[in-house]
Amino acid sequence: MTDKSNITLTINGRSHAIAVESRRTLADAIREECGQTGTHIGCEHGVCGACTVLVNGEPVRSCLMFAQQAAGKEIRTVEGLAKGDEMHPMQRAFMENHGLQCGFCTPGFLMLAVGVLEKEPDISDHDLVDVLSSNLCRCTGYQNIIKAVRAAAIEMRQS
Amino acid sequence: MTAAPRQKLVGQSITRKEDGPLLRGQGLFAADVNFPNQLHMRVVRSTYAHGKILSVDLAPALAMPGVHAAWSFADVADIPPIDFRLTKLEQLAAYRQTILAKDKVRYVGDPVAVVFADDPYLAEDAAEHVVVEIEELPVILHADGRTGEFRDGLLTEPAIIRKGYGDVEAAFAAAHATVSLSLSIGRHSGVPLETRGAIGRYNAAKDMLEMYGAAKVPHWNRDQLAKMFGRPSLSMNLFEGHVGGGFGVRGELYPEDVLVCLAALRLGRPVKWIEDRRENLIATNHSRQQTHHIRAAIDAEGKILAIDDEFFHDQGGYMRTHAATVPDLAAAMLPGPYRVPAYRAVGHIRLTNKTPGGTYRAPGRYESTFVRERLLDAIAAKVGVDGVEIRRRNLIAVSEMPVTRALETLGTDIVLDSGDYPLLLDKALAGVSWDELQTKLKERRAAGELVGAGVAMFVEKSGLGPFDDVRIAIDTNGHVEVVTGAASVGQGVETVIAQICADTLGVSYDCINVVHGQTNRIARGLGAFASRVTVMTGEATRLAAIKLREKVLATAAELLQSPAADLDIVDGLIVRSGGSAGPSIRIAQIAAALAPGSKLLGDDEPGLFAEASFESKHMTYPYGVHVAVVSLARDTGAISVERYLVAYDVGKAVNPMLVEGQIVGGVAQGIGGALYEEFTYDDRGEPLAVTFADYLMPTAREVPQVDVIISEDAPSPLNPMGLKGAGEGGANAVGAAIAAAIDDALGMPGAITKLPVSPQMIKALLRDRG
Repeated sequence: MTDKSNITLTINGRSHAIAVESRRTLADAIREECGQTGTHIGCEHGVCGACTVLVNGEPVRSCLMFAQQAAGKEIRTVEGLAKGDEMHPMQRAFMENHGLQCGFCTPGFLMLAVGVLEKEPDISDHDLVDVLSSNLCRCTGYQNIIKAVRAAAIEMRQS
Repeated sequence: MTAAPRQKLVGQSITRKEDGPLLRGQGLFAADVNFPNQLHMRVVRSTYAHGKILSVDLAPALAMPGVHAAWSFADVADIPPIDFRLTKLEQLAAYRQTILAKDKVRYVGDPVAVVFADDPYLAEDAAEHVVVEIEELPVILHADGRTGEFRDGLLTEPAIIRKGYGDVEAAFAAAHATVSLSLSIGRHSGVPLETRGAIGRYNAAKDMLEMYGAAKVPHWNRDQLAKMFGRPSLSMNLFEGHVGGGFGVRGELYPEDVLVCLAALRLGRPVKWIEDRRENLIATNHSRQQTHHIRAAIDAEGKILAIDDEFFHDQGGYMRTHAATVPDLAAAMLPGPYRVPAYRAVGHIRLTNKTPGGTYRAPGRYESTFVRERLLDAIAAKVGVDGVEIRRRNLIAVSEMPVTRALETLGTDIVLDSGDYPLLLDKALAGVSWDELQTKLKERRAAGELVGAGVAMFVEKSGLGPFDDVRIAIDTNGHVEVVTGAASVGQGVETVIAQICADTLGVSYDCINVVHGQTNRIARGLGAFASRVTVMTGEATRLAAIKLREKVLATAAELLQSPAADLDIVDGLIVRSGGSAGPSIRIAQIAAALAPGSKLLGDDEPGLFAEASFESKHMTYPYGVHVAVVSLARDTGAISVERYLVAYDVGKAVNPMLVEGQIVGGVAQGIGGALYEEFTYDDRGEPLAVTFADYLMPTAREVPQVDVIISEDAPSPLNPMGLKGAGEGGANAVGAAIAAAIDDALGMPGAITKLPVSPQMIKALLRDRG
């Protein structure tokens, strides 16, 4: 299992030429080979969603995808949300609405919410809660996450 | 002259200091810590719930390229078992866990061996090549069944907790009536989103052993690790980074923490261990599982004359760091907010062949609140009044405060320091418009719906001492550093401490940096547990800030040639009080004037800093009311929580937004334990909930909107700000309130006797009801 292949991962617009075993998960490659540790690993079996990143615009559980499957695709992670000092409206909304406590699940929620709202800016409240119910948070009880995403949705629609 | 009112930060919902890095992906969680040349550790765990270890063959793993070491018990036999942190009882010592299993395994997940390899994938491969032969032994899976042998003739019941006061027998003999119930709470736990992790590193040049990934109680763990290795405490340091949720389970000293440090020492390379989720669900502390047999003696009005409770606490495979803490708290806190003239609790600590237990948010109280509040509901049914009325008849009145209960726990006497329990009940009922709600629920039930409401009350405990230290220093740029012995598990420690410091000292919130969880920065510290940080570290911060403020003003008085009493500090600027005109000076200049080498120093010690300790022998007791509204699906038995309200008196809320966050998060966890989460086992002790597909935590769909009433009617008399801790009241009474609401929806008082309540149980109850 130790044969490695050379691949290039494009994360937040930057290319990372790396060598990985075929069994290497995208989550591990993003974190270890590419050094982007903002993407967190919570369960390694695709339930908690802490490792959610966008691959070609789609929210993906990076623990369930092999790094090699993501080669050549556009990957976006939490590190790519802010523009320099200026936070993404979703990040700001999480701060203003106390949508995080320990912050471990937060990158996954941010990427999930941004990914969905970029594609469906007018998503209904009901469907939004459905989408958010695909990730787990253990601290907040979700209501401030829902509040934050709704607030960001309004801002994202306006901009 | 009256001082101009300054904008106070304490009491305001300001945004958190912690959020920036966490939102930008710049957190430093355990898995984010890496050192050059590090090895990765993987634990080989027992696949049997109980058995005799016949052999452990490490050779096949060691033969793999990239594997550098592998150990079984023989390699670590010199390391003592992990000691108790709280509620030590002598008779429990023989039941402690060694860092690798000696000659027996006692639960599926018991560490039997470890391997160390260059890469975590390789370490996992190598672990599968360790050959462990185990002869299976019969298992004990029920704490309230027969006792068996732990080892060497030791029984699986190491101790019985006994608490009480008054003449219980006489009360029952004279009672108008008695009510008896058998109730049980399921096995569930904190399950933080970040699994555990630890990185050990040994710096031979300085003979310094370090562990990263520390949480909750870094100083205690530092001292214990040093003791276990026979090293001086000062040759070890623990460092807390970001912590992805604690909830009681994370940060206790576990075998893996000891193993990474030992390996770093012995192998001379940094050693990293990150728990995977399956391990987390079978290796990290479980909690809660108890069965109670409780009875009450009452008078004709339903007033309690005595409570008598016998319970069985399912501790799992070994006694871990909490020793008797959970059953002790269950017994000590059971009487709750009610007048209980005579009380007796007998708690059997039982070892079983499951994952060992420890504390989980509101430990012992989630359990005993469920039991006590079920008892109150049963008393109500017995005397024919509703749940609200029976509580009113039994609540301690405000005029009786403070109330000394002839009980002790965690080394403190239980003295309910302050509280207006009936007032908070009124507020909670008003918060849900209780009478209108009852009318609506009746209408819906008449229309065929299964809906109901339940109320539960409780007293929490918080602010456990005995001490906390804080050192505040100001540098020559005017930056303020608050060094604490606290720990952060994600609850907002930096924010709350900075709020208190900013107000007291007179500096801006933004210039304050709060340090926690670093054993090299402060000599001692008790960390974060028992809802203690805001109370203990908060007050120590205030005391240190007062001292530092005096020092700043004394120096400024000299420099400005103005009496200190006429000066004030506003936003880091020392000015004349009350906004009157006059010269001013920045706090940074004061720091410069006191810097080493400054001519102004004279005989004074250089530096602008102050230290203070806060000591407290008693805990503070917040209290709360939960109201739940549930509906049941007749066809599937599904239970949905339609509405939830928590009223909680915390004495003084430093940051109401954060208090509310604690409460709502606690409710979500409480709902998990009431309806979804359970560590189940088959009859050989094989755990059945080892993934998030089996261990069901509530999602955004299951957690309703939670209304929160933060009340400040009863400031604690034990600290000047009146603080009480807010961490655990959200979870405490969820099981109790939901059980009462389900009873109400079914129209079957006392129907719910067991948590978690499953749809299958509801279906069975509906069938019974006909």
